[in-house]
Amino acid sequence: MSSAREEILSRIRAVDRPASPPVVRDYERERSASDVLALLDERVADYKAIVHRVSEAEVPDRIAECLARRSAKTVVVPADAPDSWRVSGVEWKSDDPPLALSELDRVDGVVTGCAVAIAETGTIVLDSGAAQGRRIITLVPDYHLCVVRADQVVVSVPEALARLEATRPLTFISGPSATSDIELDRVEGVHGPRTLEVLIVG
Amino acid sequence: MGGRNPVTWLGSPAFPKAAHEALANTQLRRNLRKATTTIRAKRAEVVSEMADWERLRRAGEAIKDDVLANLDTYLVRLEEAVTARGGVVHWARDAEEANQIVLDLIRAEGTDEVVKVKSMATAEIGLNEALQAGGVNAIETDLAELIVQLGEDRPSHILVPAIHRNRAEIREIFSRRMTEKPASDEPKDLAEAARKYLRRKFLSAKVAISGANFAVADTGSIVVVESEGNGRMCLTLPETLITVMGIEKLVPTWQDLEVFLQLLPRSSTAERMNPYTSVWTGVTPGDGPQKFHLVLLDNGRTATLADKVGRQALRCIRCSACLNVCPVYERTGGHSYGSVYPGPIGAILAPQLVGDMHDKQAASLPYASSLCGACFEVCPVRINIPEVLTHLRAEAVEAKGKRTPEALAMAAAAWVFADPKRYEAAQKAGSLSRFLARDGWIKRIPGPGAKWTDSRNAPAVPKESFRTWWRRNRVERS
Ligand code: SF4
Repeated sequence: MSSAREEILSRIRAVDRPASPPVVRDYERERSASDVLALLDERVADYKAIVHRVSEAEVPDRIAECLARRSAKTVVVPADAPDSWRVSGVEWKSDDPPLALSELDRVDGVVTGCAVAIAETGTIVLDSGAAQGRRIITLVPDYHLCVVRADQVVVSVPEALARLEATRPLTFISGPSATSDIELDRVEGVHGPRTLEVLIVG
Repeated sequence: MGGRNPVTWLGSPAFPKAAHEALANTQLRRNLRKATTTIRAKRAEVVSEMADWERLRRAGEAIKDDVLANLDTYLVRLEEAVTARGGVVHWARDAEEANQIVLDLIRAEGTDEVVKVKSMATAEIGLNEALQAGGVNAIETDLAELIVQLGEDRPSHILVPAIHRNRAEIREIFSRRMTEKPASDEPKDLAEAARKYLRRKFLSAKVAISGANFAVADTGSIVVVESEGNGRMCLTLPETLITVMGIEKLVPTWQDLEVFLQLLPRSSTAERMNPYTSVWTGVTPGDGPQKFHLVLLDNGRTATLADKVGRQALRCIRCSACLNVCPVYERTGGHSYGSVYPGPIGAILAPQLVGDMHDKQAASLPYASSLCGACFEVCPVRINIPEVLTHLRAEAVEAKGKRTPEALAMAAAAWVFADPKRYEAAQKAGSLSRFLARDGWIKRIPGPGAKWTDSRNAPAVPKESFRTWWRRNRVERS
């Protein structure tokens, strides 16, 4: 029996196919915005996420405030998150050694950084790089607090992809998990974190 | 190998008969109208934000045509990249072969329950039914798919499979099937009930099954676009991940995704971006599934590729925009098409995947349209659906044999349907109803407005031609 692989490839090769068309990339690969951070703020908020604009120096206090408002007692951080994020009054669980699934299921939230943010679409991208940790830690807890630095923000989708490495595990997050499956009424919060809070720094 | 292609549902009546029945269901029509009207308006809004939308569409079209022109090269490249990153690639000629591969992989993990994220490819091959027959329970984890599965029902929309159900019906289904009943019929409470029901399943599943929206040939990266987070759960928690994708789902390079990640969300859920998009490449040590299998599925695609006119259907990114603008879909619902691919895309894709115009049901699908062209206008990869419909109608006529009176009438009808102007002229002159009335089979074709208005089950359609009516209404309502 010829293998399925060989047969499928030979079926394709047997077809009289037209030459490849040229791919014209005359769409806007970069876009400018008068105030890119304000645009990100507006677009993330549009998805019913909670957004704050903060200065670098304010970050620890704002983390403390956000967690206190939710009465979050036990919170996960990636092992390489800045020490200044681990404010007092919270039991911090570092994901090193890796936390068990059952443990992640019991925590009150997670605090991470990000790789890139896309202002125009209100999207935050995680690539498991610095201060982001494994994919699972931003998935199982019901609350995700994400710190976005100004230099991580781009305007358009093409600019974001150019900064990302395809072979890392990537998660593009645009607001909290949502469904419109029932009469197209949008409900925020199904399986992923039901609350997304974002600190835009700068 | 080589049983019937499960892309169409066994025993489904031909489109005209099924549509006739659906038209009698006013609840269904009301749900559909509300849903499609809402999503049409939202889509128009987010598309209008993009000054370069038409250029993006042309780029999307060109990238996909390049994929089709070099499909063998890109598939081999994808296979190499996935393998280099620790994944295992399997090839399946048809549904039966794909189902067997998946079943064997699941058995090798020693489990009899898997979680699934919504995927058209696995619906197309009837994977759930095949797994069931093999003693494996596949749990659908998308809210809509769960509603369909627990309601022992069939999906009616690519993107919103339970679009035909309203909140009261959903509450009833959940109350019947879940131990923890939903608190009310508010969408929020229904979503909460689903969350609780599925969470236990996610946390204990050993194997997950997904489809793929895109696969990048150069890097071996797979992309899944979703909203609820059930996709992330499936793609992250279980030890083993099995992804089934049609061989046409490729893009050549990572950069090409910049086009599709803009076209897809705005066209499908009418959002600037969908809540979650996951990208992974083979296996990442210490993060996510440690075993990854990719099943590349032909199931009629290479045959479709061989059709010079019909092959453009393989550009489809399954956004479902064409369903939401289709006047025929809005009135008949997805079930009438008797296939996992309903609406305009289903009318051109399902018959081609089946590949047998002697199959009455498949051959009736290209007639499920009034050729108004709205689908072509919204399609993010510029598939000329009316052109393919006309082409397939001619094939259906051909298959019926040249000399039967029916074939002659069909040929005449196809000739008239082929050109909107001709169609309207014929309808005005009353000549259309003459050959439509000639024999029973043709008489029941619902495309022409005249037959719709004749039907007592379609009171919503005024006594003017369907096309004129639609043209007049589309602008105001979309
Ligand atoms: S045919 Fe075009 S509009 Fe329809 S689902 Fe496919 S990509 Fe979307």
